[in-house]
Amino acid sequence: MSTETVTASMASTSRNKKREKNFVKTWKRLIKNKMAVVGLVIIALQLIMTVAAPLIADYDPSKQNLAMSELPPGTEGHWMGTDNYGRDIWSRLVYGARISLFVGLGAVSLGLIGGVVLGLLSGYYRRLDGIIMRFVDLLFAFPGILLAMLIIAILGTSLVNVVIAISIWSIPTCARIVRGSVLSVKKQEYILAMKSLGASDWRILFKHILPNCIAPIIVFATMRMATAILSTASLSFLGLGAQPPTPEWGAMIAAGQDFMWSSPHMIIIPGIAIMLVVFAFNVVGDALRDALDPGMNLDK
Amino acid sequence: MIESILSVNNMVTAFKTSDGLLPAVRGASFSVKKGETLCIVGESGCGKSITALSIMGLLPSNGKVTEGSVMFENKDLLTLKKEDMRSLRGNEISMIFQEPMTALNPVFTVGYQIREPLMIHHRLSKREAHQKGIELLKRVGIPSPASRMNQYPHELSGGMRQRVMIAIALSCNPKLLVADEPTTALDVTIQAQIIDLLNDLKRDFEMSLIMITHDMGVVAEIADRVIVMYAGEIIENGTVSEIFNSPQHPYTRGLLSSVPNVDDPDFHLNPIAGSLPLLNEKISGCRFHPRCPHAMEKCKAVSPVTFEATPTHSARCWLMEDEEVRQHGGQRAGTL
Repeated sequence: MSTETVTASMASTSRNKKREKNFVKTWKRLIKNKMAVVGLVIIALQLIMTVAAPLIADYDPSKQNLAMSELPPGTEGHWMGTDNYGRDIWSRLVYGARISLFVGLGAVSLGLIGGVVLGLLSGYYRRLDGIIMRFVDLLFAFPGILLAMLIIAILGTSLVNVVIAISIWSIPTCARIVRGSVLSVKKQEYILAMKSLGASDWRILFKHILPNCIAPIIVFATMRMATAILSTASLSFLGLGAQPPTPEWGAMIAAGQDFMWSSPHMIIIPGIAIMLVVFAFNVVGDALRDALDPGMNLDK
Repeated sequence: MIESILSVNNMVTAFKTSDGLLPAVRGASFSVKKGETLCIVGESGCGKSITALSIMGLLPSNGKVTEGSVMFENKDLLTLKKEDMRSLRGNEISMIFQEPMTALNPVFTVGYQIREPLMIHHRLSKREAHQKGIELLKRVGIPSPASRMNQYPHELSGGMRQRVMIAIALSCNPKLLVADEPTTALDVTIQAQIIDLLNDLKRDFEMSLIMITHDMGVVAEIADRVIVMYAGEIIENGTVSEIFNSPQHPYTRGLLSSVPNVDDPDFHLNPIAGSLPLLNEKISGCRFHPRCPHAMEKCKAVSPVTFEATPTHSARCWLMEDEEVRQHGGQRAGTL
């Protein structure tokens, strides 16, 4: 009995090691890519800003101080300068990082839930395939930003509605990617073997097919973060998303455009922030695709 | 008389294609007795696997059993409700597949996959299922089963994976195991081990076995009874000694003379001329007559009925109608 316990516990540590090993392998492949490292550093910085915003920011992001308006970067106490209302741009940038990350995560996860479920169903059940894919085609027929604007026009302007709009816009692409993977995975013999063991359709779909489709989903989610952040900024810039005085990056650019000649830092700084973050998620997504490529997954 | 556990009566399986409904199995009838091993032989594409999948109810979505019945312990599997069929599969009827490389899910450990049917059908707890899984792995001859439970399929060799497949299929003590070419993808020494294992397990678990193969050597090793399929039809059905010692159908004789014999230096491989007809090919009379060396006028016109050589041995061939030709056939077979 005691030997059995010992073997069992040994086995469980070896399993943990195994999982760790797979993760480490992917991680090692990922950080071999220099661009991915740059991207990861940028994402890490955004994460730090998100978590520690109240500690890093020197001022309340929406506190006005008209005596200190339009200070250029490098001014004492306001190293990134202030905007036309005298609000500290660094503080607004830090809180804006929070918003962009939350909106990105929210939109992508909602979009993933919808897209994965639709993709799984349409890939697995031939009867549903036609209906779901035609619905997806319908969503594809609208240009993305137009679809988002339409949804916001219906729901009203707010950040939450931006999240909903962007997530709906992510659904069709995600559904198609998942459907494609399901179509190839469901033909595998182990799925037939699972059926021959009497597993239910739901069990096969969610426990056996979904884990085999996870690599493209991770890549899609990472790349989609970039799109979602960019779209949030665009919609806020157009006045459809975050409303003043919310320190959203796109809204900051919109507010700054009237002062772009007198205080160009008001649009350049949030612009660079958006650019860096979008760039970071894109390169990391790219590198993840290479690192998770099953063709390269053989032991090297 | 031992009762039969499975009897298939006049089963027709057809596929919906752009050319219309094409029958892949044309009226198969056979039965499997308790504890018996039935081998289904025939060349690739003759409907062996489709027969097995029809029994399991796992046909691809464009396939359907259009006629006949499949009785398993007095239940017609074809009219069974989906849920009832599911609780039967893996529990009372199990299946193992040709490719051990692809028949295990690559993202889960062996343990996970062996626990699953136990947890689905016998509602064991994870810990109980784990213990049972270790016992099963030990039973199918896997060394250090406890640590194997935590390995992924890619860490095991082909023979090892086939053993794992067998362990999973046997986990719920099925009464019938359907093995679809379980040894084809393995090398010869491993083949022999797997066949011995299947023979042992069949005895221990007191189950019946349907073995699908095109390897006559495997048939000789394991079969009690053999059915020979050609182009979707069962053309000969007999005990293993009858099939090997006095094959009646020219196709069966052809199959047997296509097996190399290294002991006899004068032996020449004698392949059957031509190839299997396509599913949509219309052939009048006997479906084998274009390739049959003994084809008569009658064969081209009328599909042969089943003739019995002995109570356990039957074949569908007009040659058997004529006693004299049958004698001649018997002599020829004797020289093989």
